[in-house]
Amino acid sequence: MNAVVAQLTARSLLGRRRVLLLLLLPAVLLLLCGAVRLLAGQDTSVTVGLLGGFALATIVPLLGLIAGAGSIGPEIDDGAIVYLMSKPLSRHSIVRSKLVVAVAVVTLVAAVPTLIAGLLLSGTAEGLAVGYGIGAAVAGVAYCALFILLAILTRNAVVVGLIYVLIWESLVGNFVPGAQVLSIQQWALAITEKVIGSSAPTLGVTSAVSLGAGIVLLTVLVVGCTWFAGSRLRRLRLTGSE
Amino acid sequence: MTTMILDKVSRWFGNVVAVNDVTMSVGPGVTGLLGPNGAGKSTVINMMAGFLAPSAGAVTFDGEPVWRNEEIYRRIGLVPEREAMYDTVTGWQFVLANAKLHRLSDPAAAARKALETVEMTESQDRDIADFSKGMKQRIKIATALVHDPQVLLLDEPFNGMDPRQRIQLMGLLHTMGDEGRTILFSSHILEEVEQIAGNIQVMVAGRHAASGDFRDIRRLMTERPHQYWIRSDNDRALASAIIGDQSASAVELVMDNGTGSGYSATGARDTRAALHVEATDVSRFVRALPQLAARHGIRLYEVSPADESLESVFSYLVTR
Repeated sequence: MNAVVAQLTARSLLGRRRVLLLLLLPAVLLLLCGAVRLLAGQDTSVTVGLLGGFALATIVPLLGLIAGAGSIGPEIDDGAIVYLMSKPLSRHSIVRSKLVVAVAVVTLVAAVPTLIAGLLLSGTAEGLAVGYGIGAAVAGVAYCALFILLAILTRNAVVVGLIYVLIWESLVGNFVPGAQVLSIQQWALAITEKVIGSSAPTLGVTSAVSLGAGIVLLTVLVVGCTWFAGSRLRRLRLTGSE
Repeated sequence: MTTMILDKVSRWFGNVVAVNDVTMSVGPGVTGLLGPNGAGKSTVINMMAGFLAPSAGAVTFDGEPVWRNEEIYRRIGLVPEREAMYDTVTGWQFVLANAKLHRLSDPAAAARKALETVEMTESQDRDIADFSKGMKQRIKIATALVHDPQVLLLDEPFNGMDPRQRIQLMGLLHTMGDEGRTILFSSHILEEVEQIAGNIQVMVAGRHAASGDFRDIRRLMTERPHQYWIRSDNDRALASAIIGDQSASAVELVMDNGTGSGYSATGARDTRAALHVEATDVSRFVRALPQLAARHGIRLYEVSPADESLESVFSYLVTR
């Protein structure tokens, strides 16, 4: 981890209009949950629907994509990354620094708002807020690691990331149960399920994978993607404008 | 020693060969990498900077490979051609960040010195996004100088600089070269290279066309045959008059039947007939032409150089 790389990444990620983009989705989530609580009162099934179906399934992966791919993709595209690459720095440490910043951003704009949304909807009832908050935080780390790697592998990271989130996790995952086994959302949900405890199945919080499998898969994904991203960054071609 | 060596280096991108079997050695002093746009200069610089693996051959710096060797950046400074930087920070913050990334013992002092060298101390507290092209160029140079490198690679460094900044940078490169550092800069402008580089390497269409002292290469360039397009009221008679003179080696009568290609001085396609002349002795030819025309009562409509583009000058060097 290199503090200067992290600082430059944070300045780019939060600079200009991108910060507005990052704040838009959590604002929508919080407004929606506030309105639902006011209009419909406290209802755990609504809370599960909103936190599971909207926060964990949509807000977290989208913000993971914006923060993860956004922490390195634009600099690769415009060539500014050359100022990091022309330094005697380990490429793995560049990736780790960017991951730390992206995870911090996603925690702040996705996991914390998920926790607050849960508290707004159901208070501390059934541990839903904390359960989904932790699930969102864990999922955020995994999405960031995956999308940083994707941004190094392809210039079309955002499109590929959207396809993964919207087509694979949401669409295919809904119709093909087997696909859920390869879904960050489901792995994180296994942790949420554990935090909520024995009442989780009756509340409809069930993951397609066991807790053990979820933790192992998440760990392998984060470690594997981060390592692979560093080694691909070492071989990144910077070809200039010619 | 600080010598960068390209040994039989080729680089291709898919089916496109950007650099073709180039062998060159760049040692201490200022070396200009000259060539038209698209000649492969940036590809060569990117390979020297370790940002691109050669498809064949080897790029080494003092015997060490540069590809996938992060440690060489302690000794190499790079000024990229592309303008993008982390422009949400100020000039000072950016140069300081570069000094810190090099893990220098006193990054603030190094950043201050680099900014003084490029005369950017007055504007250093403004955001990079608000800088002019020339100012950005100077900040880029400051980031490359901040760790006092032995080798400086600059890709088209004079782009966007005003004349005063150019002279200042030329002086700086001169000084650094005289100090025994290895400076390589690319340019497509002959005059820029002529003014500061003792040695030049010429690239054309991915190939290493010439290398050596600038004066020798300049002589090769000016001694080449010059070609002209000429239009007159009697091309045929003028053709025979020119070929009768000793100053031209070839005259072609290009008709307007679609087989030839005449071009006007503006470069637009000219459907009328014209003469294409290859002059071997340029100074004699330009004096003789009006006299020949007057003697034969021929009216000249247009005389324009056919090959004054840099590309044609370079192509001549390649085909020699």
